[in-house]
Amino acid sequence: MKFARVIGTLVATQKYQGLEGIKFLVVQELDRDFKPVGDPTIAADGTAQAGPGMLTYVVASREAALALPEKFVPVDLAIVGIIDEVDRPDISRQVPVVNWHKKPTAGEVQ
Amino acid sequence: MYIGRVTGTVVATIHQETFDGYKLLLVEQLDLNGKSTRTYDIAVDVVQAGVGDVVLVLDEGNSARQIIRKEPDGAIRAVIVGVVDEISLAGQ
Repeated sequence: MKFARVIGTLVATQKYQGLEGIKFLVVQELDRDFKPVGDPTIAADGTAQAGPGMLTYVVASREAALALPEKFVPVDLAIVGIIDEVDRPDISRQVPVVNWHKKPTAGEVQ
Repeated sequence: MYIGRVTGTVVATIHQETFDGYKLLLVEQLDLNGKSTRTYDIAVDVVQAGVGDVVLVLDEGNSARQIIRKEPDGAIRAVIVGVVDEISLAGQ
């Protein structure tokens, strides 16, 4: 799942069966620093409450259709949550408690 | 599956119903030297991981659905399925 900013709406009167009542939004995928990545795309709204300007998270591929009331519809990107808060504390000086064995140098016996 | 490091928490009050009761964490993928890459994921946590932990992340829908059993048709893809204790790399 990735961050996406809603930047617009899309209206389609003629839609494939099962997509009636589904809201489509124009979204811009973001990287971890909330900077845009790639071109804007269209996402179905699985929350039914998203709107332009909102920071959301989206799910892609087969799971996107599962976010909608009808589970077998032609959708490959769906908004599944509206983000209130992202907390990213400084962990640069925090050493993870993982025993990370590096590649042994030549001559070491396995 | 890949190794990642939890770098933050994500709060979303309004969400698709599959996500009810689950904690969302921001995970950055690590390379085999333990360095962070630019790739990130917003993942559901089922193993009580916390910020700073090195974790095992699953990014595949069918496997995720088997874990999130209360919702067999859930729209979840990325799940944190383990907190890593040790990694050993064979010599090259």
